Amino acid sequence: MCRILTVVTSLMLLATAGVSAGFVQGTPGSEAPRGARDVILATTTSTQDSGLLDVLVPRFEAETGYRLKPIAVGSGAALELGRRGEADVLLAHSPEAEAAFMAEGFGRDRTVVMANDFIVAGPVIDPAGIAGATDAVTAFQAIAAAEAPFVSRGDDSGTHALEKRLWQQAAITPSGGWYTEAGVGMGETLNIANERAAYTLADRGTFLALQDRLDLTVVVEGAPELINIYHVITVNPENGPAVNTAGADAFATFLVEPATQRLIAEFGVDRFGEPLFVPCADASCEATPAVAPATPVATPA
Amino acid sequence: MGEIGQGMIEAVRLLLSGDRDVWQIILLSLRVSLIATACSLALGVPFGATLALSRFPGRAILIGLVHTGMGLPPISVGLLVSLLLWRSGPLGALHLLYTPAAMIVAQAIIATPIVAGLTLAALQSLDPRLRTQLLALGASRVQTVWWLLREARLPLIAAVVAGFGAIISEIGAAIMVGGNIKGETRTLTTATVLEAGRGNFEIAIALTVVLLTMTLTVNLLLTAIQQRRRPA
Repeated sequence: MCRILTVVTSLMLLATAGVSAGFVQGTPGSEAPRGARDVILATTTSTQDSGLLDVLVPRFEAETGYRLKPIAVGSGAALELGRRGEADVLLAHSPEAEAAFMAEGFGRDRTVVMANDFIVAGPVIDPAGIAGATDAVTAFQAIAAAEAPFVSRGDDSGTHALEKRLWQQAAITPSGGWYTEAGVGMGETLNIANERAAYTLADRGTFLALQDRLDLTVVVEGAPELINIYHVITVNPENGPAVNTAGADAFATFLVEPATQRLIAEFGVDRFGEPLFVPCADASCEATPAVAPATPVATPA
Repeated sequence: MGEIGQGMIEAVRLLLSGDRDVWQIILLSLRVSLIATACSLALGVPFGATLALSRFPGRAILIGLVHTGMGLPPISVGLLVSLLLWRSGPLGALHLLYTPAAMIVAQAIIATPIVAGLTLAALQSLDPRLRTQLLALGASRVQTVWWLLREARLPLIAAVVAGFGAIISEIGAAIMVGGNIKGETRTLTTATVLEAGRGNFEIAIALTVVLLTMTLTVNLLLTAIQQRRRPA
């Protein structure tokens, strides 16, 4: 009976494999050898959550004939996928971790693409009294001193990396009942902060997208340390067995083309009344805050 | 409450407007779920039947494994399938990661123990004298299994329902091995997560309504088959 069991199971496994393979072959446009046309982009979640990729990806595919597979993860996970050669090209916003990645030889090229900015969001009553602060580090010190509730992303994303750096500069190791590590994406983190009337560090795009249903307000913005710069990194082919170098180069080139940079500059204006990203392939945003502090514009319905 | 109402209206509007993205998501969800359910049936029913109808060393351990597998955390399956399908993994050369095929494999793995376990229970709940009688009437081994499965078809359809339910509602593995890529591996559940994260709650609610409607339709069909009058 054991033998019958083995035979039946192997037959069924074969059948499953056959069905799956048929499914793959049936996918439209799979005539080119698989793998050569596919480019895997490991990206921070904000480019997907904001909808920017929905605009850029179809154009890239139409222009170059590559098929881009964007995998939205935190910047930390994106770099890790690059380190293993599981992704061909990365779009990240975690400058220190990126610099380390390059220094260790995991990347070929790193180019600045665009920027936006972070804000500190918090309850309107502002228990730590930091509204209007021009310096995020001082604001963080005030939050800790007041033991005002603070929700951290806690997920090794680019946003989390900046938050940790700010705590470090404030010479504070955040812990205690007032400090919560959420371990979820930006949208969920903002919702948790909202429920708990807590402060949190957020990228402006996600905050704008959710602000209609949040009681939180922008308490700190425009500080130089709150700039959020996105780099594209092409992965070193030695990291893994099947890195698509040509496809990665094509995408990196596409991102800094003048036409693409114009698209980035226009993105979000129709929905939020202001752009979500500032293109800066010319490196214009490396030193100064990318987005001038703007009064939040009401989101259209 | 107003938001849920809005979501319902949005759901109807999305469906009627023939929005290409939404229909693509619906069709992909159906395609992936139905193929994965078919695979889990092809694997689970023979496996469950073998466990129910034969005695061999290690059978109790296998049954224990199947019962454990019925509660397999989808995210663990997603992680395992990812590791296997990574470019540097043992099956990397197939280039299946971030394709619908990878989602089918993961979801079939999730549902197979459920189908096998319920098949086992269905056959074991039959009167043992039925089998003896069939054999006495001169039925071959294959014929015997066939008639027993026929006799147990009510609980077997429940197995199909449970397997399909586990697959269509699954999210962790789908997002991990599929990557939630627009137009390729975005299903109703993964799209709902994305839209909720984007703050588009009306669309998220609408997608949920569509998902529930779809599940209801499939289950009504299966129930109709299950509850129709037995042939004499």
